[in-house]
Amino acid sequence: MSEPTADQITGYSRREFIKRVIASGATVSAAAYLYGGLTGCSRKGRAAGGVERLISLNVNGQVRRVDVLPNESLAMTLRYKLGLTGTKLGCDRGECGACTVIIDDVAYNSCSTLTHTVRARKVLTIEGLAGPNGELHPVQKAFVEELAPQCGFCTPGQVMSACALLKHNPRPTRDQARLAMSGNLCRCGAYDNYLNGVMRAAAEVNA
Amino acid sequence: MANFKHIGKDFIPHDVVAKVTGAAKYAEDFRAEGMVFCRLLTSPMPHARVKNIDAAAALKMEGVLGMLTANDIPGEPPGFAPSLTNEPLYVGEPILAVAAVSEQAAQDAIDRIKIDYEPLPFTFDPLESLFPGGKDARSDGFNIGTLQGLEPGSIKWSAADFARVKAGEELPMGKPAEEWNFGDVDAQFRQCKVVYDERFVTASLAHHSMEPRSCMAYWQNGKCFVHASLQSQSFVMPGLARRLGIKPEELVLIAEYCGGGFGSKGSDYPSMVIPAYMSKKLGKPVMMRISRAEEYYLGSARNAFQGNIKVGFDAQGKLLAADVYVVQDSGAHISFWDYRAFGEALALVYQPKAMRWRGIPVFCNAPTRTAQRGPGQNQLACIMEPLVDRAARELNVDRVEIRKRNNPVNGSLMGGQEGKRGPVTSAYIKEALDKGRARFNWDERRKRSGRKNGPRVTGIGVGQAFHPAGFFGFDGLVCLKPDGKLHIHTGVGNLGTFSHSGTSRIAAEVLKMDWENCVIERGDSRRNLPWNIGQFGSNTSYTMTRTNYVAAMDAVAKLKEIAAKDLGGKPDDYDIDGAKVFAKGNPSKSLSYGDAAKRAIELGGKFDGHELPADINPMTQGSAKALAGTGLVGVAKDNLPVTGQPAAFAACFIEIELDTETGMHRIVDLVSVADCGTVIHPKGLETQIKGGAVQGIGMAALERLVFDPQNGLPANVGLHQQKPPSYLDLPTEMFTDAVDKADPSNPVGAKGVGEPLMGASAAALLCAISDAMGGHVFNRTPVLPDMIVNQLAGRQQPRKPLSINTQ
Repeated sequence: MSEPTADQITGYSRREFIKRVIASGATVSAAAYLYGGLTGCSRKGRAAGGVERLISLNVNGQVRRVDVLPNESLAMTLRYKLGLTGTKLGCDRGECGACTVIIDDVAYNSCSTLTHTVRARKVLTIEGLAGPNGELHPVQKAFVEELAPQCGFCTPGQVMSACALLKHNPRPTRDQARLAMSGNLCRCGAYDNYLNGVMRAAAEVNA
Repeated sequence: MANFKHIGKDFIPHDVVAKVTGAAKYAEDFRAEGMVFCRLLTSPMPHARVKNIDAAAALKMEGVLGMLTANDIPGEPPGFAPSLTNEPLYVGEPILAVAAVSEQAAQDAIDRIKIDYEPLPFTFDPLESLFPGGKDARSDGFNIGTLQGLEPGSIKWSAADFARVKAGEELPMGKPAEEWNFGDVDAQFRQCKVVYDERFVTASLAHHSMEPRSCMAYWQNGKCFVHASLQSQSFVMPGLARRLGIKPEELVLIAEYCGGGFGSKGSDYPSMVIPAYMSKKLGKPVMMRISRAEEYYLGSARNAFQGNIKVGFDAQGKLLAADVYVVQDSGAHISFWDYRAFGEALALVYQPKAMRWRGIPVFCNAPTRTAQRGPGQNQLACIMEPLVDRAARELNVDRVEIRKRNNPVNGSLMGGQEGKRGPVTSAYIKEALDKGRARFNWDERRKRSGRKNGPRVTGIGVGQAFHPAGFFGFDGLVCLKPDGKLHIHTGVGNLGTFSHSGTSRIAAEVLKMDWENCVIERGDSRRNLPWNIGQFGSNTSYTMTRTNYVAAMDAVAKLKEIAAKDLGGKPDDYDIDGAKVFAKGNPSKSLSYGDAAKRAIELGGKFDGHELPADINPMTQGSAKALAGTGLVGVAKDNLPVTGQPAAFAACFIEIELDTETGMHRIVDLVSVADCGTVIHPKGLETQIKGGAVQGIGMAALERLVFDPQNGLPANVGLHQQKPPSYLDLPTEMFTDAVDKADPSNPVGAKGVGEPLMGASAAALLCAISDAMGGHVFNRTPVLPDMIVNQLAGRQQPRKPLSINTQ
């Protein structure tokens, strides 16, 4: 008799399980987007993956089961499978920072992070910052008070970079903050107000 | 109006919290039941004819649902950019779209499509197209044309025009497409103490909105629903409906948030109809995500210039005469009229006694261009301001002073053609310069000019710019509900300036409402929005304060009429405050707003929107009718007096340290001041001033589009290559101020804000670089480190004075 398969152990088929995950995720067409980004997304030259697709992800303190392709970026998983559309894709190639999330307290471009590499790590997105009753994180509060966003598209990334900075350096100088935030582009040019927000949040956190 | 309750005070706009929590939904964040995806096949060639499309194998692939080509979408008028084309005019122009159950399947299918292209001649130099027999960008016989007032046509200059000048060094000035003049230009030049006759180039730069223009559409119950990235709301409806072949009332447009536009999303644009046509064909919702590279193809860019500028000043630094010729590189399709704005801005900002302007917009095989923040005016600031400094140096006049000697004042004339020039409603640019001068400590700081610190040299610069700042005649719509809340309906759009709310506060001001009791209705055409112009052209603060003022005044009149009906006396016996309409002689004789709204519904007719003014736009009629019976409806067209052209100005002061070894520079300090009339929203203004300044820094010294002259390929289609300014390109802190003097033609004194702020900082930085280099003027944007190093080393520049696009 051969070894039992994973499906036999868990009691229902893998295919069935994936279908349920997708259905419960309430997001459309889980597998419908491209996973390598829109630029140069032809299949040509793509390596075949031998990675387990159904994985557990710890996102915003919740463990969620999700079907992930081997070459799938975290931004795609978050936006299109977990419905967390607050994480924005501005360039999908690590140039703009709009997709910044925090993984184990460090800021990452989620467009350039393979989802499979964050298994067993803690992912924090913009949706996970506010408190249980919706109270804003000090950075979010400070960004509102300083009217830091303009169009708002880069804002989630700016917020996440600021949070990661304050985690590691709760009392940054303005120059240190500027350097830490420099991976986040803002075409509206709202940089000075974002910096005001970072400094205000730092003051509040340290008060 | 005085003693404002809301105007000039900060508030928290309703949409800012959604922006910091990620709850704000942009076009790509929406989903619809059964949604499928489409991808574009874009041209690999700068100009070609599609002879055959072989998609048979691709369309049979698993998951592939259908294809759209140019033949499936009605064409645009001659010269205008199509959504899909059989004659691509630049690398990246969309040829067809494929829909599939997944983006991957759509892309796989596109990879299988075989297109037979016939390569056609292409050009990146307008002067090449103007040369007799020279290559044209298009094969329809048109090499010129522009939005509004210049139909596509063809102009070729004569061989003699070219023979007169040294190629690449001087501008052959053949027949222009348009020209105007006033005064005796030759006579004025003879009076001048100094005259400069210069060739110049301003490069094209992309808008690079952070949100690529993804779009989702579906059809339901006979209506087309479009989720799109747009600066504007109501203004988009007629144009988008036309593109879709439907009536505006059959279109539902959701554009609550827009991730940046800067002019590139001001109205309907070609690519946004592709998902709607695909959806119609398939009977399913279609999402079209746009990549960053594609955004460089579809997202447009600023028009580039080659030109000749001749200016003459008298001994005191007064500009007596100007003679300008602007050759606009318009990209592949009909574009905006930057070249006109260049001349008009010169005529206004420096008030020459005589001026001649000539211009010609020429097509070339670069992606479609459109208006970008200060289109034309900001190129003028970049070219003219360093020349003003040159005159100041030569004539030994202070650089701020020379500007003030030329600046317009209230009522000064703008426009070009003699006899057609009209007054500006207000001009406080001198005051802006004075305010900035004091704040920047110009008089002390300019003494540091040229100070050396190792290889670093200090440069001090001042710059100024202008943009028209308002429109007239649009509609306002408010509704006071029985619960006492005021619903302010605004169709202006959400560019990210928060002015949709800032200008709505005028309605609250007029009705003396607490802001907590006001609800802004916007962002979705189902929210009964009035006809408003788009959020572009630095107009919102002016135009929308007028519309909201007239709508609220209409509501006030109706409140007083209802009070007179119910409580006796005449409407004039009543006043409003504290959410009540009350008798002036006896404030206890009163009616709350909520009760007045109930009475309005009982009375019907004009009070609750069942009878409407005849002069409002059909869109406003429809929206007001939909509100009829739900409260007291205040609705009116802006018929307030028109006394001139509103004009916004800005002044900027910059200190830099220029590294003479590397050509790099660091901004030490920046102060920017706006002349935008009465300040409506201080925090919003501050962030606009800074944002404009940041973009100006990119325009002056960082950003440009470059194309490979041999194959026509774009050399930079990424943010990293295009270099929009980052945190590290700015000073650690930026300073802003406003003149805060009321414009007399606006009920609250407001006028537009945004565009000149970019031109002023670009000019100030260019002037600071010039100052650090002992007054050298490059006559080109952007000024790049290699240009600086070459100049300082006394080496020849690799770019000829008129070379454009390919370096």
